[in-house]
Amino acid sequence: MSVLHSIRFTLNGKPVRASVPVHLSAIDMLRDVLHLTGTKLGCGEGECGACTVIVDGVSVNSCLMFAVDCDGREVITIEGLRTDEGLNPLQKAFVQQGAVQCGFCTPGMIMQGTALLNRRSGMTVEEIRRGIEGNLCRCTGYRKIVDTIASALHETSSEEIS
Amino acid sequence: MTVIAKETLIGKRVPKLDAPPKVSGEARYLQDIELPGMLFGKILRTDRVHARILNIDVSAAKALPGVHAVITAADTPNVPLGIGRDNPPLKGDKVRCIRDEIAAVAAETEEIAEEALRLIKIEYEDLPAVFDPAESLKEGAPVIHDKHPDNIPFTFEYSHGDISEGEKESDVILEEKVKLHYVTHCCMGVSGIIANFDSEGNLVVYSQTQIPFMYKKDISPVIGVPPEKIHVIQPVIGGAFGSKLDIYPFEPICIFLARVSRRPVKMVFTREEELVASPTRQPVELTIRGGAKKDGTLTFREVHTVHDNGGYTSWGATTPFVIMQTVSSLYRVPHCLYKTTVVYTNNPYSGSFRGYGNLQATYAVETHMDKLAEALGIDPLEFRLRNAQEEGETTPQGMRFHTCGFRDCLTTAAEKSGFREKHPAYKSGQEGPVKRGVGIASLLHVGGGAKIYRTDGCGTMLKVDDFGKVTVMTGSTDIGQGSETVIAQFVAEELGLPIGSISVINNDSEITPWDVGVHASRTTFIAGKSAQLAARKARMKLLKVASEKFDLAPGQLDLRGGQVVRAEDGEALMDLGKLIRSLHFSTKNDIVMTSEYYEPPSMMQDKEFKGDVSATYAFGTQVVELEVDTETGVVRILRVTAAHDVGRVINQMGIEGQVEGGIVMGIGYATTENLVVENGKVMNPSFRDYKLITAPEVPEIDMTFIETMDKEGPAGAKGIGEAPAICISAAIANALYNATGVRFYELPLTPEKVLRRLREAGGNGA
Ligand code: FES
Ligand code: FES
Repeated sequence: MSVLHSIRFTLNGKPVRASVPVHLSAIDMLRDVLHLTGTKLGCGEGECGACTVIVDGVSVNSCLMFAVDCDGREVITIEGLRTDEGLNPLQKAFVQQGAVQCGFCTPGMIMQGTALLNRRSGMTVEEIRRGIEGNLCRCTGYRKIVDTIASALHETSSEEIS
Repeated sequence: MTVIAKETLIGKRVPKLDAPPKVSGEARYLQDIELPGMLFGKILRTDRVHARILNIDVSAAKALPGVHAVITAADTPNVPLGIGRDNPPLKGDKVRCIRDEIAAVAAETEEIAEEALRLIKIEYEDLPAVFDPAESLKEGAPVIHDKHPDNIPFTFEYSHGDISEGEKESDVILEEKVKLHYVTHCCMGVSGIIANFDSEGNLVVYSQTQIPFMYKKDISPVIGVPPEKIHVIQPVIGGAFGSKLDIYPFEPICIFLARVSRRPVKMVFTREEELVASPTRQPVELTIRGGAKKDGTLTFREVHTVHDNGGYTSWGATTPFVIMQTVSSLYRVPHCLYKTTVVYTNNPYSGSFRGYGNLQATYAVETHMDKLAEALGIDPLEFRLRNAQEEGETTPQGMRFHTCGFRDCLTTAAEKSGFREKHPAYKSGQEGPVKRGVGIASLLHVGGGAKIYRTDGCGTMLKVDDFGKVTVMTGSTDIGQGSETVIAQFVAEELGLPIGSISVINNDSEITPWDVGVHASRTTFIAGKSAQLAARKARMKLLKVASEKFDLAPGQLDLRGGQVVRAEDGEALMDLGKLIRSLHFSTKNDIVMTSEYYEPPSMMQDKEFKGDVSATYAFGTQVVELEVDTETGVVRILRVTAAHDVGRVINQMGIEGQVEGGIVMGIGYATTENLVVENGKVMNPSFRDYKLITAPEVPEIDMTFIETMDKEGPAGAKGIGEAPAICISAAIANALYNATGVRFYELPLTPEKVLRRLREAGGNGA
C-alpha cells in the first residue's frame, strides 16, 4: 500500500480534508473517496472532457490531475453549481434548450461552459465551439450545446450591462 | 366560473424529463452505483487472434490477498451466447479473435483485480489465421468454428423480377464496388454491469441492456438461472446506439463471478477495452450493378455483398435484412437481386449500430444512382424523382407505403439548399485548389417498428393516483433519445394534464410490462402508441365516473388542466384528484389503473424475405454542400439541408436533437472515424487516434420535417432515431464528385484517402 498524503482544499465552497495515495487521480478521489459521482469518467486519458472540473477558476481534466495536487486549491464540481433555488442558470438552460440526451457528457460540458463564461463575456459562437473542442458528445451533434452556452453568455453579458 | 381552454403538447418544444438530474450530476449511471460489499471484476482477454489454449494457470492469481474469485471456462457452464449461439463467455479450447475472454477475477479493488490478471499464465499454440473474407472462403482456409467447416454461418438471397429482362431493357448499365470500414459506437458511458445473487439464488443485474425482457430469456441458459429468478434493473444509460442489443460475454462472466464470490460484483470497461472489445458497425464490401432507360427509368439492380463476420456472430451478421430493403425498395426497381455471404474470419465481430446496415446500403445505392444520372445526362434530382416511391405503393418486397413523403423530401431539400442551381454551376469547373460541391442522397428506413419476432409489441401499465398524478410503467427503454418524455407527452395529452404530472418508470423488469426492446427506431411509434392507448382507457374511465356525477354524457365532458370540464365551454367541474378520491372513499371501491399491449399491424417476412415488416416507413433526403482542398485533401462540410418524413413531430426539440446527432454521427462515419484493424488487431483504441467529430467541425444544419400524418402512428408520428445518420455519407461522396469529378468508393474520406484518390484518378475520376 502506498503512503497516504493528507491534503486540504476547498470543494464546492466547503473546506475538506482527505488522505490520498500519491498516485490517486483527482477524479477517483472525487468519485470514490468523496462520493461525488456527478463528475464522469469517459476515457481517463484526457481525451473526452467528461471529467472536467474547475480548479482555481480554470477548467481541468480531473482524470489527468493527481488528487494531491488539489491541496490548497479551490475545486468546483457539477454538484457545486446548484444554488439555493435549485439548478443554476446554465444548468437550466441546458434543460430548456435540449442540450442533453444521454447526459454522460453533460456535467463536463457544463463545467467547461461555466469556465468559458467566467473567462470572457463577448465570445463569438466560433470561440465557444473551439472552447468545447475537448469535450466529446456522441448524442447531440453539439449544436444545442453550443447554442445554449451562447445564449447563457448573452444573458450574463446583458445582465452585466444593465 | 373557471374556464379552461384546450391545450396541446404535441409538436411543442418539451424539455426532457430526465434532463434536470443529468445537469445536476444526480443521475445515477451504472458507473455511479455502489452496493455494500461490492467487488470489482476484470477480464483477461487474449492477445492472440487464433490459437489453441493449452494451459491456463490461475494459482498465483488465486493466492493474491484481496482476490475473491478467479474463473475460467472450466468453472462455469459456459453455454455459448449471442444470436448465433457460437460464443462461449469464457474460451476454454481456443481463441478466435483479439477480444476473446479467457479468465476473470473478482477482487476488493480494481487494482488488485488487475494485478491478479497479470499473474495468470496461459500457454497457447498459435493457429493459422485469416483476416480477409475472400481468403476465408477458399478451400483449405483455416476453419474458425468446427460447426462451419466452410466458414459460412449464413447466406441471404432476395430477388424479384428477372435481372436478364432488366438488362435487356437498359440503355445504360453501370457497376461499382464499394468498401466500407469498421467504426464503433463510442458511447460516452462505457459498458458495464453489476450482478448480485441473494441467498435464495435470485439474481439482480444492473444492466445497460436495450432489451431487458429478451435479456432474461437469452441469458438464462447461458448462466443456468431460470428467467423468473432474474431481475433486470437499468440505471441511466450513457448512450447505446444499438451496442447493447445483444448479450456479450462480459455479462455472464460478471454474473459467474458474483455467484462464485457470493458478493455483488461490478465490472466497468476501460475506454481502451470499450474500443477493442465492444461490437462494431458491420464492415462490408458491396458490388452494385444496375441499369436504366434513356428516359431515366430504373430497370434493374443487382447487389452482392460479403460480410466479414469476425470470430463470432452477433447482430452485425443480420444487417442484410435492412440492406436488402434499401436495395429493393428505396426506388422502384422492377428487377432486383441481392445476395450475401457472411464469412467467419479472425477479425473482431460486429453488432447492431444505429442504421443497421442501411448506412452501407445507402452509400452504395445513392452513389450508384448519382453515377447513373450522370451517364444518362439527367439531373440527379430529376432522376431520383422519376424513380421515387409514392404513397399507396406496395413494393415487390412487400412493404406498403400508406404514407410517403419521399418526393416532398427530395424537392424540399433541393429547394432549400439551392441544389438545382449550385449543382450545374459547381460542375462546370472552378478555379483554384479549393473547390465546392453539392451532393444529394435519400433514405428509406423502418418507421413503425420491425417485426423480426412474432410480436413487435410493447406493454404499458398506467396508474392515476388520488392527487391526479400519473405513473406510466412502460416496457420500453430510454437510452438518452428522449422516449420517456415523448411517452409522457402522449399520456398528458389524453388526460389533459401538465407534463409535470406524469412520471415514467422504464427501468425495472419486476415492475414494467414486456417490450421487445429499443431498436429499429420503434419506441416513439410502438411504446408511444401503447402509452397513448393505456391513457385513453384511463380517460374513458374517468369520464364515465364524472358523467355519473354530473349527469352529462362522457362525450360532453373533457379533461383539461387537471380538471374535469364541460366540453362545450370548458367550465371546470371538479379536480381530477378529487374525482379519483371519490372512487376510494365511497362504496365504489375502485382505482384508476389501466394496461395496454400494443401490437403494430406489421408482419414477419416469409422465407423469401418478403412481407410488410413495419407498420410504416420513414423517408428522408439530405443535401450536403462542402469545400475540398485538392492540394491537401481536407474536406470541410459547410451545410447540410435535411428534409425528413417523420409522420408528425411530437417533441420539436427532441426530434431536432435526434436529427442533429444523427447527421453528425453520419459525418463521423463518412469522414473521420475508422477503427483500424490490422491482422485482427485493433490499432487505435483511444480517442486520440479514433477521431470523433468535435464541436468546431459541425456544419450548419437546416432541417424540415415533412408531416405526412401516419394513420397508425400515435398522433401521426413515425420513427426517426436512425434515419438522420443513414444517407449523409452518400451525399458527401456525391458532393465530392460534384466538386472534383472524382468518385470515391471507400470510406472514411480522410484527407490522406481523398488526396490519394484524387491523385490516382487524375483527370479521369469516374
Ligand atoms: S475522462 Fe478525463 S478526459 Fe476523458
Ligand atoms: S448527451 Fe450523450 S454524450 Fe452528450
